[in-house]
Parts: sequence; C-alpha cells; structure tokens
Amino acid sequence: MIIFWQTLAKAIALGSIYAIMGLSFVIIFKGTQVLNFAAGALSMAGALFMSILVVDRGFPFLPFTNPLAPADGETAGLALWIVHLVIVLMIAALMGLVIERVAIRPMVGQPLFAMAVITLGLEIAIRPFNLDATAISGRSIGVPWGTETWEIGGAIFPKSYLAAVVAAAIAFVAVFFFYRSRFGVAMRAVAFDQEAAMAQGINVGRVFAIAWALGAALAVLGAIFFAMSPWPPAGTVSLEIHPIWVFRVLPVIILGGLDSVAGAVAGGLIIAIFEIFAGQYLSQWTSILGPGYSTIVPYLVMLVVLLVRPYGLFGTEEIRRV
Amino acid sequence: MSHLLEVDNIVLRFGGVTAIDGVSFHVDEGELFAVIGPNGAGKTSVFNSLSQVYRPQEGDIKWKGSSIMGLRPDAVAELGIARTFQNIALFGQMTVIDNLLMGRHIRMKGNWWQNMLWKASKAEEMANREKVEDIIDFLEISPYRKMPVALLPYGIQKRVELGRALAMDPELLLLDEPAAGMNLEETEDMARFILDIREELGIAMILVEHDMGLVMDIADRILVVDFGKPIGTGLPEEVQQNPDVIAAYLGGDFVDL
Repeated sequence: MIIFWQTLAKAIALGSIYAIMGLSFVIIFKGTQVLNFAAGALSMAGALFMSILVVDRGFPFLPFTNPLAPADGETAGLALWIVHLVIVLMIAALMGLVIERVAIRPMVGQPLFAMAVITLGLEIAIRPFNLDATAISGRSIGVPWGTETWEIGGAIFPKSYLAAVVAAAIAFVAVFFFYRSRFGVAMRAVAFDQEAAMAQGINVGRVFAIAWALGAALAVLGAIFFAMSPWPPAGTVSLEIHPIWVFRVLPVIILGGLDSVAGAVAGGLIIAIFEIFAGQYLSQWTSILGPGYSTIVPYLVMLVVLLVRPYGLFGTEEIRRV
Repeated sequence: MSHLLEVDNIVLRFGGVTAIDGVSFHVDEGELFAVIGPNGAGKTSVFNSLSQVYRPQEGDIKWKGSSIMGLRPDAVAELGIARTFQNIALFGQMTVIDNLLMGRHIRMKGNWWQNMLWKASKAEEMANREKVEDIIDFLEISPYRKMPVALLPYGIQKRVELGRALAMDPELLLLDEPAAGMNLEETEDMARFILDIREELGIAMILVEHDMGLVMDIADRILVVDFGKPIGTGLPEEVQQNPDVIAAYLGGDFVDL
C-alpha cells in the first residue's frame, strides 16, 4: 500500500508538470492556431536563466552580478527563490514577446504550416545558446528544498511533489480566469476567425503577443519544476534529457484536446497516472517489455483515446452542416 | 457641413494590378449608398480599404472629417464602422447569442479582476445580453438563438452576421453582398431588414450587391465601378440611364439595346 501511495503522489506531481507544459501549448495554439515546436529550447533557456540567476549570481546575457542572489556558498531561501522564479518568468514572457514580434507577426495571414515550421526553426536556433550556457551537462537550479522528503506512515514523499502541484494549481487558476476575461474572449474569437475578429474591433496582433508571452512563461515554469528532484536529472536542467521531455507533453495536449484548458490539466494527470503506474507495476516484465517501456505508455493511451474521441477529451469539435 | 464618410480619390495597387483607380464618393448620415459593378470590378477592395484591411497607396478616407488612413482594422471598427463579409465570417462553433455578444465585445468595459470577482461583470453582461436579445427580435432569428451558427441555413447565417455587426452599435454599416446566394424570399426579407435598419435605427449603410433589382429598389445613391474605375455616381434612375454603365454591364457593342 505504501508503494501505491508513493506511486500515486509521483503520478500526480508529474501530471501537474505535464499540465503546466500543456497549458503553455494550449494557450499558444488557442491564440495563434500554431503548435509551438520551439517549446523545448525556449523552456530550457528559461530554466538556465534560473540557474544563472540563483546559482551563478549572474544575469543572462548581461555582465551584471545579481544583487538579489544568495551569498556565496549558500542556497536561496524559499522567499528569495520564488522572487527569482517570478523574475525568470518575466524574462520568459519578454522572450515570448520578442519571438512573436520578430518571427511570428510577419507570418500573420500566411499558411499555418509555414508558421509551425518557423517555430521548429526557432527551436534549432535557440539551442546553441543553451549549449553555450551548459558547458557540462546538467546545471543546478538551486531549489531551496533540494531533495528533502516528508515521511508519512512509512511512505516517502519528496517536497518537490507538493511544489509541482501548487505551481500547476496556480497556473491553472490564472489561465482559467484569463480565459473568462474580456481578453480571453477576444483570444477565442481570433482562434475561430482572424478576419472576423478584426472586424469586431479586436486587435489580433495584441492577442498574438499575449498568447506568446503567456505561453513562454508557462513553458519555463514547467521546465523549472521538471528540473527538480526526484526526476532525472535530479535537481538540474540537462541538455540531453530536457528537449526530449518537452515533446512527451504532445500526447497530453492531444489527449485533452488541443484547444482546451481543462483538457491540458486532465490530459496531464491521466497520462502521468498511466505512465507512472505502468512503470511501477509492470516492472517485473521489463525483460519482455524492454527497458524504458513506460515512456511509450503516453502514446498508447493517446492512440486509444483518439480512436474513440478524435478531437480529444475536451477539444472543440468541428461543426459542419450536412 | 462635413460628410459622415468621405473617400477622396483612393488608389490601391497590388504589384502591377491597380485594383482601385481613383474612386471618390461620400456617404451622409442615415444614407443608403450602394456600390455596384461587374465581377472583379474592385467593389470588395473598396470595402477592404474602408476598413483598412488593405492600405490604399494614394488618396484619403475621412471619417467625420478626420483621416482614418493607416489605422489598424480593429481601431476602425472601434470608431463605429461595422462590416459583414461576402463569404460569411461567423464564429461557427459559437451560438447565435454568443456571436452577437462577440459584437458587443468592444463596448464592454470590465477588466480582468472585475471578470474574476463577478459582480460588476454580471450586471454588464445582463445589459449587453438585453441589447443582443433586442437585435435577435429585430432580425427575427429568435428560434435559432441557442444553436451553433455553423448548423444554420445560409440565409439565416447571413442574418446573424448582420446582427453581429448591429451589435457593435455602428454608425456606418458595410454590407458585402448581403443577398448573395439567396432565393427570392430570403432576398426580400433581407431588403426589408436593411430598410428597417435605416428607418428605425438610422444607421448609414454602404451596400455592395449584385442583385440589380434589390439595389435599384432600396439604394439612395449608387456608385458604379468597373476595372477599379468609377464610371458613374448618382440616383438609381440616373445610373440606369448612364450609357457607360449600360456598356459595362451589357457589353460595349450592344449599347443600343
């Protein structure tokens, strides 16, 4: 039973991180009808900023020292760490704005496929910066609770689990209210028909910009919490694992429905539960299933769901008059 | 006295193609102005220039005396110039009510924390909903209120689009072929609604239309364009007698007909 609770907690924590990342994809898709293939490099860059700010006491791209950083040899306390997290998210939003302005805005009105390929190009263009920042693979992001755990009735729960759940809850509530606001309505209108939205007095450019700013911030938030222990690579952000991990979120958003906020959260939790439980309880058959079999579970779940519900669990069905 | 809308000699080019070549006209308050012309004459380009989706290279467009050249399309909409599209551009998955509320969007003021805390927004939503229901009654589309518009018949969709434009409280309505693809009955309905809008709401309109009967019946003044050039402006009777117009419509060799 202890194993069960530990597994469940791990699944919910991983699901929360999938959900944050899923929200990032959903919001950019919703606002601009494009899947952001640059999410891997973008989110990793943000996680590296965190490392530069908190651990190196520096400042990304600029030769300043970070005046807020903890003293030499110490790790940041919780409050200080959260302050840095907010700063990094703001930098991430700024990156999103710049990317939108430079690479996405000129493509308004062009085929969506071209825009999607541009995001793929961005992914490749941003990666070298990440490579420079990580001379050795794996950088600490200075998590204040590190690998500490709680022990309840013999079961062991890392503090990172709770942190991930809290972060996902905050992200979900923020995005949920954002969607219900006037601006969220404008975003939904743009998703349906850009020209018609324009004729209703909606500034399509601003919708694009905010979708990217928010999407980038969420992607970085997801990356930072993914980089925490006890997921591999524990407590660090790593060039080898990170970009691969981001695309494991694709089954999550496809399962939930590409354009659904609730779907991203539900999809994240469902996929993570299947993935973690399969990893835990089918491990005696590793010789047959092969090592690392649990990473393909998300795709299997996605396939089965898509057979029954082609638009995902919560996606918008296309209505056609027959 | 300045006109509501004044178009002064606009020229719009796409590369080597001159889509609009020196078109000028003006629209007064409460007036029903029509733009007609053969296919590809540049009628819709005139519309797109008015709403600044296209940016004419020369000339000027004045709204209540001040130029709107270079404004963003959404800023033009905010001034009170609403439009419908030739190929319906509705939000297909949304219901009729939601589509019309979307038209109210720019008239809503609540910001995000008010939306979050509910109360103020609720009152605002009620007021807007009331306005929308009035429009639904006005256009006689109440049976379809809660249906997704993509499921509705074409003629009704056209009416919903007109309703969404009305929901913006416009002072000028640009109607791009409101009766295209409609049968006789639907066309007559549409004509009735257009006349009602002018009489009861006093909104000025610019109408692009192929149905000559409709245009001649309801328009106050008509502009005829061909190959982007204006070939005649005036009252319906004057335009009907204009030899250039007859030539453009029936072909130059048969002017005597």
